[in-house]
Amino acid sequence: MSEYLVQFNNISKFFGKVIALKDVTMRLKKGEIMCLLGDNGAGKSTLIKTLAGVHKPDEGEIIFEDNKIVFDSPKDALDIGIGTVYQDLALVPLMSVTRNFFMGREPQKGIPFLKTFDVEKANKIAADRMGQIGIDVRDPSQAVGTMSGGERQCLAISRAIYFGAKVLVLDEPTSALGVHQASMVLKYIVKAASEGLAVILITHNVHHAYPVGNSFTVLNRGKSMGTFQKKDISREKLLSMMAGGEELDKLEVELQEMDRIHNKN
Amino acid sequence: MSLKSKSISSKSSLNEDERLKKISPLRVLLNRPELGALGGSILVFIFFGIVAGDTGMFSAYGMLNFLDVSANLGIIAIAAAMLMIGGEFDLSIGSMIGFAGICIAIPAIYWGWPLWMSIVFAFAMAVLVGYFNGIMVVKTGLPSFIVTLAMLFILRGLTLAITRLITGRTQVPGLRVLIEDDPLAWLFATDTFKWLFTWLGSLKLIELRTDGTPLATGIPPSVIWFIALTLFATWILMKTRYGNWIFASGGDKVGATNVGVPVGRVKISLFIGTAVASTIFACIQVLDAGSADTMRGTLKELEAIAAAVVGGCLLTGGYGSAIGAAFGAIIFGTVSMGIFYTDVDTDWFKVFLGAMMLIAVVFNNYIRKKVTESK
Repeated sequence: MSEYLVQFNNISKFFGKVIALKDVTMRLKKGEIMCLLGDNGAGKSTLIKTLAGVHKPDEGEIIFEDNKIVFDSPKDALDIGIGTVYQDLALVPLMSVTRNFFMGREPQKGIPFLKTFDVEKANKIAADRMGQIGIDVRDPSQAVGTMSGGERQCLAISRAIYFGAKVLVLDEPTSALGVHQASMVLKYIVKAASEGLAVILITHNVHHAYPVGNSFTVLNRGKSMGTFQKKDISREKLLSMMAGGEELDKLEVELQEMDRIHNKN
Repeated sequence: MSLKSKSISSKSSLNEDERLKKISPLRVLLNRPELGALGGSILVFIFFGIVAGDTGMFSAYGMLNFLDVSANLGIIAIAAAMLMIGGEFDLSIGSMIGFAGICIAIPAIYWGWPLWMSIVFAFAMAVLVGYFNGIMVVKTGLPSFIVTLAMLFILRGLTLAITRLITGRTQVPGLRVLIEDDPLAWLFATDTFKWLFTWLGSLKLIELRTDGTPLATGIPPSVIWFIALTLFATWILMKTRYGNWIFASGGDKVGATNVGVPVGRVKISLFIGTAVASTIFACIQVLDAGSADTMRGTLKELEAIAAAVVGGCLLTGGYGSAIGAAFGAIIFGTVSMGIFYTDVDTDWFKVFLGAMMLIAVVFNNYIRKKVTESK
């Protein structure tokens, strides 16, 4: 058995003439947090959808626990344990915490054809799970709309884990959050990884990624610029790679030039 | 309010949480969608109790009268409410009522079918119409408003054209004689609890005719259907997995799909639900009147939606209740009949209906903001 829980080897995806992804490779061990960094348009969304089974890769292979896997639908990805939490979270604000937690997978009780939604059990599990991550849901029948952004994010992640995710794919989990809320979510992600999950954290925010990540894969214009262990790369280097390095350097030179002209006058 | 992030705590007991503020029963009620309609119903009863208390409106006969009207509207309002919670509209309810009416009458009168077979045929057509509405909305992604508006015209036109083609008229009478001994028609045409009314009559507790039989002879079938459907719909919404899917489909279609809710199937089944409820309405009315009329059910779709909205359903979907819609129907039924007992001209009923709906929408909007805004 290889040391990796899941491997995405040389994944490519084309849309007509457009090369959305080319030869992207990511390998994750249990308990590892890999941050996938990239600017807008770098191909992050396409990669997420490929990981989640929405798109089929045109080239490359996905190996999960040493078995080669082909996803035909998002359900296949879910079934083997790749849980994706999209940016929109798939939460309904008007529905309660419990009803959201079990949306689409409600526990049932009773005799066939008259089965009922086991609300008590669902309430208990939802409150319990949220309690484990430090969110005290005192009334699980409360609407999700009353929760903060960070709490909603945690709810969505917690739901994915409860329903059997071994690999968590998180799409910009901190992008819409303030500092306090973001740190709450990041803390939870670290906790989930420490319990043996592999986490792919997609973000364009290096400052959120760097403290929690074990390794970093940088995407630029559909290509991987490589995967780096934390000890091998600095925050500044990552930032400059994400922006395409040269471009930032050029910008700096230009700004200095403008500054010089300005001072002369 | 009662959600708060804390540093990681190992204890998460539901039952004994000292930080759980005691919420008064009134506040719990305030968060329920049916509150407005419940309060409205009480106000309406108080109003007519004062204005028309001594006119016979609240005699057994008078009460059954306005309950019958409320119940008929309620049957379609509940189905409309469930569809609205699921995020869609059905404007073809009224036309479906007319169409179902002639689906019963023409085969029974002109083709010599037994009445029960015509009724089964009408329900089969309803399932077909509902399925068509649903599949059109789900597959094309068009607003249900447009799809069912088209169906409103198609069905009404079909009803008129077919009836005139076959009968040369726009009404099909002569059904009453077929009801007796029919194995199915009694479901839609029998007054129940007759013994109760006879007994109350014998005690002179309710009004009697000159021949000594009670004026009100029994609970009309519409009321029984209305109560049964309210309970059934509430059970589905609150207590079943399918109910959760209805809320999810209306609340966030994309999100629900992403977590595995079969949104398309849920919506199609709800469209079938409104068409079937329209057919139940048609059965009751056609068998009660003994005839089918091509214009039966005109504008009923709007009344049903109005009752659902007064009952707390959001126009945007994902929120509402069947009990609320039931009370919404009771408000409209009571006022539409009660107005006869007052000095007020009945022309004012529509004004009331519109005003009521406007107040309800403003109120619902406020409630939704309260429910969804973070504290």
